[in-house]
Amino acid sequence: MQSWFPFIPESASTISGDVDAVYFYISGVTVFFTTLISLVTIFFVIRYRRRNPFEIPRPIEGSTKLETLWSVIPLVIALSMFAWGAKVYFAQYRPPKNAMEVYVVGKQWMWKFQHSTGQREINELHVPVGRKIKLIMTTEDVIHDVFVPAFRIKADVVPGRYTTEWFEATKPGRYHLFCAEYCGMNHSGMGGWVVVMEPTEFDNWLSGNANQASPATAGQQMFESLGCVSCHGANGEGGRGPALLGVFGSQVVLNNGQTVRADEAYVRESILNPQAKIVTGFGPIMPSFQGQVTEEQLLQLVAYVKSLSTPKPETPTTKPPVATKPSGAVARP
Amino acid sequence: MEEFDKPSPPSRVNYLNAEYGVKSWLLTKDHKRIALLYLGAISFFFFIGSLYAMAIRLELLTPQGDLVQSSTYNKMFTQHGIIMVFFFLIPSIPATLGNFLIPMMIGAKDLAFPRINLLSWYIYILGGIVTIYALLAGGVDTGWTFYTPYSTTFSNTYVIATGLGIFINGFSSILTGLNFIVTIHTMRAPGMTWYRLPLFVWAHYATSLILILGTPVLAITMVLVALERLAHIGIFDPAAGGDPVLFQHLFWFYSHPAVYIMVLPGMGVISELIANFSRKNIFGYKFVAFSSLAIAVFGFLVWGHHLFVSSQSVYAGMIFSLLSFAVAIPSAIKVFNWTATLYKASISYDTPMLYALGFIGLFTIGGMTGLFLAALAVDVHLSDTYFVVAHFHYIMVGGTLLAYLGGLHYWWPKISGRMYPEGWGRFSALVVFVGFNLTFSPQFVLGYMGMPRRYHTYPADLVSWQVLHVLSTAGASILGVGLLIPLFYLVWSMRYGRIAEANPWHLPGLEWQTASPPPTENFLTTPIVTTEAYEFAPPEHKEVVGRFERQRPAEV
Repeated sequence: MQSWFPFIPESASTISGDVDAVYFYISGVTVFFTTLISLVTIFFVIRYRRRNPFEIPRPIEGSTKLETLWSVIPLVIALSMFAWGAKVYFAQYRPPKNAMEVYVVGKQWMWKFQHSTGQREINELHVPVGRKIKLIMTTEDVIHDVFVPAFRIKADVVPGRYTTEWFEATKPGRYHLFCAEYCGMNHSGMGGWVVVMEPTEFDNWLSGNANQASPATAGQQMFESLGCVSCHGANGEGGRGPALLGVFGSQVVLNNGQTVRADEAYVRESILNPQAKIVTGFGPIMPSFQGQVTEEQLLQLVAYVKSLSTPKPETPTTKPPVATKPSGAVARP
Repeated sequence: MEEFDKPSPPSRVNYLNAEYGVKSWLLTKDHKRIALLYLGAISFFFFIGSLYAMAIRLELLTPQGDLVQSSTYNKMFTQHGIIMVFFFLIPSIPATLGNFLIPMMIGAKDLAFPRINLLSWYIYILGGIVTIYALLAGGVDTGWTFYTPYSTTFSNTYVIATGLGIFINGFSSILTGLNFIVTIHTMRAPGMTWYRLPLFVWAHYATSLILILGTPVLAITMVLVALERLAHIGIFDPAAGGDPVLFQHLFWFYSHPAVYIMVLPGMGVISELIANFSRKNIFGYKFVAFSSLAIAVFGFLVWGHHLFVSSQSVYAGMIFSLLSFAVAIPSAIKVFNWTATLYKASISYDTPMLYALGFIGLFTIGGMTGLFLAALAVDVHLSDTYFVVAHFHYIMVGGTLLAYLGGLHYWWPKISGRMYPEGWGRFSALVVFVGFNLTFSPQFVLGYMGMPRRYHTYPADLVSWQVLHVLSTAGASILGVGLLIPLFYLVWSMRYGRIAEANPWHLPGLEWQTASPPPTENFLTTPIVTTEAYEFAPPEHKEVVGRFERQRPAEV
């Protein structure tokens, strides 16, 4: 905590400085013009106060020159604010490659996090300093929003969709995390902490919590227990259903001739609403899994499909051995 | 002031004493009486909304939720918003001052459809009763924004009843807007050309366009929410193929223009006050008039700036950001023209002018802070925080409420036939200004610090947050006092105030050329207009302003 009275929150991510810079730019311009308008108004009000109850000032019609001047100058200044704000926003919203992915599921009124290495957390998210973190987020109920003031990031978490936000923390510490979209009774209690650690500390933390299956492994178990293997093949090599090996991230040709990019949203939709976008050459035979899998399990299935396209998943710890005979208990809710 | 101790009711027949009895009010077709019916009703709703505000401010004095439970708190801010937006701010200036003054300013006997005018009041009351029923039955906790799927699937409160109240109330807005547009087009007195209209009328014309074009979208949205709750039609529910974010588009398509419904009439009032209390025509009349229309049109194209963090496409966000910056320009033009009007003017410090000067300052701050929210990267950090709360209160309270109070004082002699006590008026204007700034300026800091809105509790480890909340609550108490003072003295003045002349401010506007209070038919003979608006010393009006020295040099 700063000792002086703070007017801005702690700045702890790679973009927080950029956001503050735009903020200070707009602050400077607006404070200048507000002061100018106020001073001019006050000066006029005093200088031209009514001195004589019968005085009638000389009418002044207006001036097109002045009108143009005070339309164009603010417009130019406003455009500069727009351009700078948009530039930083664009960087904020383009998720970087090779980010460490964390799955986030919001529900009234808690946050569930799962690392790609399997560690689960509730209302706390541990991340290493100096590493790009990408949050892939969804919710089991209403709209929530992940807001970390110290990182200057915020994004709604919308049911039925995956939204993302990313950050790179610049200094270790504990930072408040808030739900910023009103979500019902305990909205103001739906918060937590982002704990930013030195990389070595983070590795220790990871290995101390390593006895959980990674989302991809859990997803593979789901894939078997839900019977996906009978059409998509035991290792995603395909059969009556399209092959899944190497599909994630590629362009998929559909039976109506269109192509879509196989991203998280597409995989999710294909599980819940398989008839929506059918791969060319296949029939509409897949049943919907709507209502049979939770948002977390869906994320695990997505993680598994994703792992079929990434030969080497980035894991600091050793990859847990693939369970050939999973206990069926993982699967159904 | 010398006539204070000898109050005597006006002996002449006017709209107030033409008829007596409850029936003469409840069945009146006189736009002036209907304006007073509205004045009573919106004052009631404003009072209810203010009570919620005070309770909210008290709760936020401490980080813990120690005054009420979270479920109650959520209902309080929801109901504060619903009452203030739909039942106070939207009807405030148009339904009272607009209703009273538009016919008088254009030299007409009444609005084009007097019965529809009365009907719109009854619809408003019906909507109000349904909403009050919903509040008494258990209330609603969705926020005034009714975001789905919380409002459609998860909230266990009286969403449909409240939505019905808002739905009904919308028709009152539509009818009022329709009435104004037809009146302004067809009922102007001979010689009252469009460019001779007072800017108050221009502002109401622009407002009426939004009322007619925007309100039906809100009605449709409310119907969809009700259908989704009752029949689960699946339009907003992703499990049924719907889209919860679609609701936000529909809602803000109305509710962003609704901001301009609230503030445009206020700008109209301010144009009147600035011109009349500096005895000068408005600098750049046409620019001020057309900036109202520009705001009305651009206002429909910026709804997406409420969705910068709602998973809207990045490119859509950029376009909405650009358009939001564009809509700032017509507002800036108005502020510059008002300031320029003061140049070489004869400025009085009467209460209405104090409110107008306060408006310029607060509306400027409100508008400037809108630039932060239009800038994408900064909005990501600020959206759904107290910065937004502070910003829109600067527009709604610092703007609309100050304009409303200024206008009420300015036209009070015309409305009531009595003067309000000037000393108390100036004093309370000052108290409102100080209290308002103390309430809402700390919230800008709170917002950038990261305090989310709609929070019942906040972290106790952030000491500065509590300090700012304490300042804000202290300011709210001052603001509350500042608003109670006019309530008392205005009611008092209706009986004991000094009797007002027909034209106590010595102004050229048509509404001042008839008695105070006016006769039921407004003008005994239809006025013929030969001068521009705000022309202070035209030869034609010599009998009205003849006591003034004419100092107009030979210049265009």
